[in-house]
Amino acid sequence: MTADPATSQRLAITTDGDVVRVRQAVRGLAQGARLSLVDQTKLVTAASELARNTLVYGGGGEAVLSVEADGRRTGVRVEFRDDGPGIPDLDLAMTDGWTSGGGLGLGLSGARRLVEHFEIDTGPGRGTRVVIASWSR
Amino acid sequence: MDTVPILKLGSTLLVSIQVDLSDQTALQLQEDLAERITQTGARGVLIDISGLEIVDSFIGRMLSSIAGISRVLDATTVVVGMRPAVAITMVELGLSLDGVRTALDVEKGLRMLQPEDSEAPEALLLGLAAAEPE
Repeated sequence: MTADPATSQRLAITTDGDVVRVRQAVRGLAQGARLSLVDQTKLVTAASELARNTLVYGGGGEAVLSVEADGRRTGVRVEFRDDGPGIPDLDLAMTDGWTSGGGLGLGLSGARRLVEHFEIDTGPGRGTRVVIASWSR
Repeated sequence: MDTVPILKLGSTLLVSIQVDLSDQTALQLQEDLAERITQTGARGVLIDISGLEIVDSFIGRMLSSIAGISRVLDATTVVVGMRPAVAITMVELGLSLDGVRTALDVEKGLRMLQPEDSEAPEALLLGLAAAEPE
């Protein structure tokens, strides 16, 4: 699953305000793709968690947003990328309540529960890439 | 940065969040509320989140913190107006809003925050009626 550069939207995540902008952009696309209100809310909430992770743990990065067609359904895909330290123990990081910082430890594990598609690629010294997507019903 | 206004109504502080909350704005609100509670001696804090499209883990933690801070400053916090989609998402995310009291709307929230003695006259009347000889 890769984003088509022609239709994708790229947003830098370097400040607190950028996290809010990512939320608003994802909301806009999710409405346009006719996701149900609950699915919109879940996708935007997951995006908010992941954008914050990119900023706080990844030291900043970017979000790439795109709308995808999958036969009859339309979906919204968001990819978060950073060149931060990466996550050494992914299984641990995906556990509810585990946090390397001051958070609640719900960011990654919670975000995965809120979306239809979740993939993560990370490792020590190679940054983190997370892709989420949800589709209309 | 946006700031969230805090209004005072009797012994209650009213907060209606109408902006898309950044983490900094949320932290600022937490500090401002602590300040206002001690300044005014407020006994209740009512937070209307009907304007919030999401409650993520950071905002959820802020709501729990405000409830905790108010409690040690001798005030009660009630969060009102949560949208149904927000409630569903929040629970699935794993947030439980520990220690936060909730009500469906501002009116019900205010009723929860009414000081005990303001209900006293009504209770007294009821008591008198019950004691009346037949």
